[in-house]
Amino acid sequence: MSGLRTPTDGPVALDDIDRALINALQGDFPLSRRPFAEVGVRQGLAEDEVLVRLQRLLDARVLTRFGPMFQIERIGGAFCLAAMSVPGDAFEDVTAQVNAFAEVAHNYRREHALNMWFVLATERPDGIAECARRIESATGLPVFLFPKEREYFVEMKLEA
Amino acid sequence: MAPDDLERRIIVATQGGLPLVSDPWGAVADELGIPPQELLARIRSMLERGVIRRIGAVPNHYAIGYTANGMSVWDIDDEAIDAVGEWLGALAAVTHCYRRPRRLPDWPYNLFAMVHGRSHDAVRDQLEDIAARLEVRFPCACRARDVLFSSAILKKTGLRIAGQE
Repeated sequence: MSGLRTPTDGPVALDDIDRALINALQGDFPLSRRPFAEVGVRQGLAEDEVLVRLQRLLDARVLTRFGPMFQIERIGGAFCLAAMSVPGDAFEDVTAQVNAFAEVAHNYRREHALNMWFVLATERPDGIAECARRIESATGLPVFLFPKEREYFVEMKLEA
Repeated sequence: MAPDDLERRIIVATQGGLPLVSDPWGAVADELGIPPQELLARIRSMLERGVIRRIGAVPNHYAIGYTANGMSVWDIDDEAIDAVGEWLGALAAVTHCYRRPRRLPDWPYNLFAMVHGRSHDAVRDQLEDIAARLEVRFPCACRARDVLFSSAILKKTGLRIAGQE
């Protein structure tokens, strides 16, 4: 499984150009036939260097993805936060069982009695409850669903 | 509204990421068998309608030094929750803010706000400050609060819809 990283791994060494590139690439990616060349012009980098650095950042898992982020709710789908209380000795097995569901978009371990928090993404709203039931039967543990009732703000841009 | 077939195919083709080539939109258009201009027009429309939130890099916040990812959770009086949510969400330290149902008795909290920082202590300090300001602004609205730090990213693939139905 890719993307596993814990706080103990610590930050990856990034140079100033990497940081500037990450910050520049968090939005407004050009809709053109040479978008990386355009990004490069803004950053004072050749197109090739933008591509090489971006690939390196993805390989090092500094970036988990590069591409469009979809709001599936806008096309009839649903996202839902969910949580489980997983016994410590079963944590690894339950992680594998939960992550095996394609509907699980993200999954985090958190320090609380509810210690596994994940996001389900399904193409239809009724897919959420059904997927939660399947996870419950796969793991034998209750799944708490925390659908968003209202969103007050959302902007996820982290200064690198 | 169901996604039309082309939008569904665009999502399936790009949900794992754009190809890192000189002309990524052209490469996706080829894969879909449509002219690049048609793809770009449709992507523009999806951005305008909010089907695409943004296009770009998704950083692993641990790797860029935000080692503390705190999910702050608040038990806020139902009468005050929307006002508190708007206020909390507008704070610079808060990157996401949602009202969600309580799950009593296990879970009394109805407001979730993500706070990222360079250390657990830095996030805790920010939350202390926020809680104090909240109490001044909305006296007695907050009955309890907690913060849950993540200790591992177990999965972070993002949305994956099936290629075929």
